[in-house]
This record gives sequence, structure tokens and C-alpha cells, in this order.
Amino acid sequence: AMEERPGVRIREGDCAVLKRGEVYKAVPVLRRRKIIFEKQWFYLDNAIGHTYGTTFEVTNGGNLQPKQEVEETTTETKEAGTDNRNIVDDGKSQKLTHDDIKALKDKGIKGQEIVQQLIENSTTFRDKTEFAQDKYIKKKRKKYEAVITIVKPSTRILSTMYYAREPGKINHLRYDTLAQMLTLGNIHAGNKMIVMETCAGLVLGAVMERMGGYGSIIQMYPGAGPVRAATSCFGFPKPYFDNLHEFPLSKVHSLLSGTFSTETLPSDPEDNALVEEESNGLTEEKQTSLQETEEEPATEAPMEINQAEEQETTDINAEDVEFKENKEKENKENVREKQMKQWERRKKLTEAAALLKEKNADGLIVASKYHPTPVLLSLLEFVAPSRPFVVYCQYKEPLLECYTKLRERGGVINLKLSETWLRNYQVLPDRSHPKLTMSGGGGYLLSGITVVLDQGKSDSSNFEALKMEEPSPKRCKVQDLHC
Amino acid sequence: MSFIEYGDTIKDGDTAIVFLGHESMFPVKVQHGTVTQTKYGVIRHSTDLIGKKYGSKVTCSKGGWVFILHPTPELWTMNLPHRTQILYSTDISVITMMLELKPGSIVCESGTGSGSLSHALIRTVAPTGHLYTVEFHQQRAEKAREEFREHGVDHLVTVTNQDVCRNGFGVSNIADAVFLDIPSPWEAIGHAKSALKAEGGRICSFSPCIEQVQRTCLAMEEYGFTEINTLEILLRVYNVRTISLQIPDLGKAAEDNSGTGFDSSNPSNQGSPGANLQQGTVQFKSGVPLREMVGHTGYLTFATKS
Repeated sequence: AMEERPGVRIREGDCAVLKRGEVYKAVPVLRRRKIIFEKQWFYLDNAIGHTYGTTFEVTNGGNLQPKQEVEETTTETKEAGTDNRNIVDDGKSQKLTHDDIKALKDKGIKGQEIVQQLIENSTTFRDKTEFAQDKYIKKKRKKYEAVITIVKPSTRILSTMYYAREPGKINHLRYDTLAQMLTLGNIHAGNKMIVMETCAGLVLGAVMERMGGYGSIIQMYPGAGPVRAATSCFGFPKPYFDNLHEFPLSKVHSLLSGTFSTETLPSDPEDNALVEEESNGLTEEKQTSLQETEEEPATEAPMEINQAEEQETTDINAEDVEFKENKEKENKENVREKQMKQWERRKKLTEAAALLKEKNADGLIVASKYHPTPVLLSLLEFVAPSRPFVVYCQYKEPLLECYTKLRERGGVINLKLSETWLRNYQVLPDRSHPKLTMSGGGGYLLSGITVVLDQGKSDSSNFEALKMEEPSPKRCKVQDLHC
Repeated sequence: MSFIEYGDTIKDGDTAIVFLGHESMFPVKVQHGTVTQTKYGVIRHSTDLIGKKYGSKVTCSKGGWVFILHPTPELWTMNLPHRTQILYSTDISVITMMLELKPGSIVCESGTGSGSLSHALIRTVAPTGHLYTVEFHQQRAEKAREEFREHGVDHLVTVTNQDVCRNGFGVSNIADAVFLDIPSPWEAIGHAKSALKAEGGRICSFSPCIEQVQRTCLAMEEYGFTEINTLEILLRVYNVRTISLQIPDLGKAAEDNSGTGFDSSNPSNQGSPGANLQQGTVQFKSGVPLREMVGHTGYLTFATKS
């Protein structure tokens, strides 16, 4: 028998991604838990034990059944028109009414059969061209055939999902832009990386995936704690978190000036979490909740927030009675636990500070909602020479300023401001063309390489380098004339 | 140094990148007693390079200076000796992410070509993964082997000199991903499928022409691949410039008669900041697209074996 690698089969407690057509949704795999996805509801119970990549049919009662490969049956005598000169839109070509279709659905008739009936009851179907028939069937199948595929999370899938579903949470960072960041940043096993992001932890997850648990990452976070909702969707094994450190941005200045101490933490995460809970859903900044840093079970799958919350509240209610009985004991334990947590947090903070102070990081990745210039000017101090850095910004203008400021500072070369365009294609026999819509923008990147910073940096040779990289308008004109 | 592990100081035998200025650099093999000529003068490896920190400024014999950079697959891609047309980092980035590569991945590639993509693949799958790369051109296969040895990554790659369309990748049921950059990828789809693990994996094919894509997609469908998706990625680079645009003379200055009117017919005034110009021009920073950009490299077709 072939030995199977872990992670090939769907297990209870996994983070999985549901896929229907081009639509994705990340969910935790739990038994007896109702999932709503693309207007269908079902339970994942039956999926457990199957391999990732399996396509399931949703049957009555919300059960999942692996889809049987069916041969295309209706290809006996293909009848088709050559053009649409005689096809008139009278709105009556479909003989089945809405009620008829609903009745079919209610009877629990399989999607495939409904599609077949729709074709048979379409008076114009036979007159349509072969291509139009194909398109018609595809459209109806998409609507009536209730199939979903369960896939394993990856940067590819999660970044595509986030860009489609919640672009605002990741600052409109398109997946191909993220791909550029990982390559430009030379992210690989063994690196010591600094990551500063406000992309729900997606960029962090992408970096973690590429490092495969080798090396270390220091996540710089604004506010009270790092957001790792998307990171938890990756389902990384526990050891991946052993060398994941975090450090508050608000302490960067004191660390650089040498006045850093762990005595004053940015703010108590637990108090903060309480405030968040009270204002539940009212604040935009709910994202900055601290649940992830406390290493709680990954119920924060972002695409599942509603269900997750429902589940949590019922759990809490059930335990309420027991809670009250042991209140005294609990309280004491809570205090001790809180102290322990505080102590552990301090220890982790000291560790992260020590790592930063070595000033030998192998790279810097920034993708945040903040202005990139101050972030970069400070964090580059922690990066070793001859290492790449990449900054993402949704807008080009802040990166123009950042570019100028970096040139003034020195210690960086090969600065490049870029953007990628992504074009998808439909490839079908005799019907290949670019897809009708494409993304308008996926953000901008400023990348470069650090070098040893000069002592007297405003010497003339350096000025020359500056001139070299920024051609004057006049020189540009001369170039124009040549062409 | 190695292409898969950062080192702090330059050592004998390293491949380093000499950075002369804007987009101007070349690779150099560091060797005791060797000298390298640059337009700024000579670099003596024994004294100027060995033992120095990567990222240092090195002063050449004529007084000019260069930076010495640690090699990365991206810098290598920009500087490697071309034996074929190569893939650049923009396409490589998307290929790597869409093939879901990470440490431990087993990848099959054909052809090896100049090894541009190979270096990036090895970097990503190290230290526990492996690259099986197939190149039918004997001399190129040899050269690639030599480079991998020089770059300290030969333990992560196997170069096979054979025709992938006829003989496949030389491995079966082992790969997490397959990449094809050959003239007739549709002839290798069957071999790609058998190289991939039984439990599945990802495939990517790179082709410049849409007719190649067409045939490849049909072959992929025939062999039961799913999620077939073709895309194209374009890089736009911007120059950061300070631009000043003149305010036209609408006769207002004469009317105002403020005495500080600007003379737009005098071009010598432009570029030097002054009171006149501040009134006569508006300055701003702009990201100006290059006059010419790469409009097409190739179509990337991805699919899943499940």
C-alpha cells in the first residue's frame, strides 16, 4: 500500500476551502455544523475522510456525496443552427414556468435532470448554434447543479479568495501582486524576515508558507496586537508558530533610540478584547481584535464569521451554569493565568526586541494601510546590507514620496516602482479571447536592495548616483528626440 | 554564500553581483588572485572582495565605486549568460505561487534552458524539496549542471538530458508540480500527468502563441486535468520624476503688472528654481511609465490533477 502524506485527506478540525466555479470560501471542518455557501446549505460531516480536491454533490438534507463522473449522454444526434437570424426574443421560448422549476427542485430532482428538462422545453435550443447551445448548458448547469469542491488552503487559493470576497480587508492587494512580493523579497526557508502588514494576516501567511517553518519571522503590528484571521485559514502545523515573533510598531522608536523597556506594554490585550466585544459589530476596527495572538483555536475563519459567532455564543451559554458554581476558584485562577500570560507576553516581546536589535534581518515586507515612508525609514534599520525589501501600497503617490525619501536617506539601491497587470483568457476551440473583464488595479510595489549605509553620505559621488537613477526632464527630452 | 542561504561576508568561490549603477550589473566568480575590469577600474578579488561584507561599497582602481551584492535568483535572472530565451521574475513569481511551491515541493521542469526559472524553483523548494529538470540539448544540460554545482545547489536538482515529449521526466508519481516551457507542450501532458503524484498536483505551461495554448488546453482536458486557466501577466515599471509644467501666458501677468511675470520664451529659466519660475510653473512628482515596455512574454496555462 502507498504511504499517504498527512494533509491529503480531509480531517475534522482542518481549515478547508470550499470552491464552486471561481468562488471560494474558507471554513473550519466541523461535524454537525451547517454551512451556507453560494445559496446552498449543507454539512461537511460526509466529506471527512475524503481526499482534498474531491467534488461533492449536495443532496437533500444537506448531505455531501462524492460526485460520480458521468459521461455526457445527450450527444446522440446533435442538432444546431448556423446563425441567429430567425431567433426572436419573445420571452416565451422556455415552456417551463418558474413554478414548474421550483416544483422540480422541491421534489429533490437532481440538477442534471432539471437542466435536461430545461433544454427539452426550450423551443429555440435546437436553432441555436452549437456554441450558443454549449454556453446555454454551461449557464444552466452552474445554476442548477449543486456541486462543491473541497480544496486545501494555499496562498494561491486564499489570496484569490480574499481579493474576490474581501478586497478591503487586504488593501486591494491582488494575488499576482502578492506573488511578486514573495519573489522580489526572495522569501525562502531559513530567512529572518520582518513583516509589517494590515492585510488580515494574509501576507504573513504567504511568507510563512514560503518559509516552510524554517527561519524566523518578526511581525510588526500597529495597535494592540497582530491580526491573523487569514493566517489561521492556512492551517499551518503548530511548529510553524515557534519562530513567529511579534513586536509593536509603537515601540520601534524606543528600540532604535535605546530607551526600550518591556515594562510598559502598548496596552493590555485582554482589556482591549473586552472593549471590542462590547462594541461588537459597531466599530470598523473590529479587525484589530486580539483573539489570534492568544493562540485560541482557529474559529476566526474570516469568511465564516457569522456561524462562528453563533457557535461561540451557544457554547458559552451552556457552560454558564458551571461557571457560576466555581466562580471563586475560577477568579483566583484567572488572576494567576492573567499574570502568567502577561509574563509570557513580556518574555516574547523581549525575544522579538533582541532579534530586531541584531539588525541583521534578511528582508522586509510591508503591506499596510499606513503611509509607507515612516514605516520604511524606521524598519530598514533592522535589515542587513545586500537584502531585498518590498513595500506594497494601494496607491502610487505615497510610493513616489517614499522613493524620494529613500534616495535622500541612502543605503538602498536598485529602487523600482512597479505594478502588474493580470489578464485572464477564455480558451475554447474557435472561441479564444481575453476575458471580458479584468481587474482595474491590484496595487503598486516599491522594491530595492539594502547596502551598507555611507557615513558621510552627501558626497558628490552619491549625488551622481542619484542623478543616474532619476533622469532630469531635459535629458528625457533629448531621448524623446531620438525616437 | 549560496543561492539558497544568505551569508554575511564574501568568500573565495562565491558568485557575487557587481552593481555599477542603475540597472547596470554583472555576476562575478570570486577567486583569490583574480581581477575584474569595470568601467570604474579594476577590482582585485583578494583585497577588494574576499572577507568584505555583502552590500559593501568597493572602490575600484580609478577611484569610482561599485556595490557588491549577495546573489539571489532574481539578480541571477537579470545577469545570467543567455543560452536561450529566458523567463523573467514577473512570470516566475506567478508560476511559483500558482503551482503552490514551498519548501519540500517536488517539481519537474522542462526545458532547463538557461536555468533562470530553475534557480528560482530550487530556492523555493529548498532545503527538503527537489527539482527534476529535463533538457534535450546536451550542451545546455551540461552547462546547467555546472552552474548548479558552482552555485552550491546541485544536491537539490537532477538534470536529465532527454526529450521530455518522448521520454518524459524520468520520474513518476513523485511531483507536486510540473512546469513546461517547450515548443509543443501538448505532447508532454501525458508525461506530466504520470510524473505528478497519484494524489494530484499542479501543472503550468508557458507558451508565446495562442495556438500552442489552444492545443495544450485540449490535451489537458483530454488527460483529465481540471481548473484549466490561462492568464497573462504584464509588468509596468515607473520612473519617479519631478515634473514641472509651465503655466501659459494668458495675458494676466501683463495686466497685473506685478513686475515678476515670467518669460516663457526663455528656456534657460527652466529647471533652475527661482521666484519667476515658482509663479510660472507647477511642480509635482510623477510615476512615468517607461517609453517602451514588454508587451508579451507568454501565456501561462495552469491546471490541477486531482
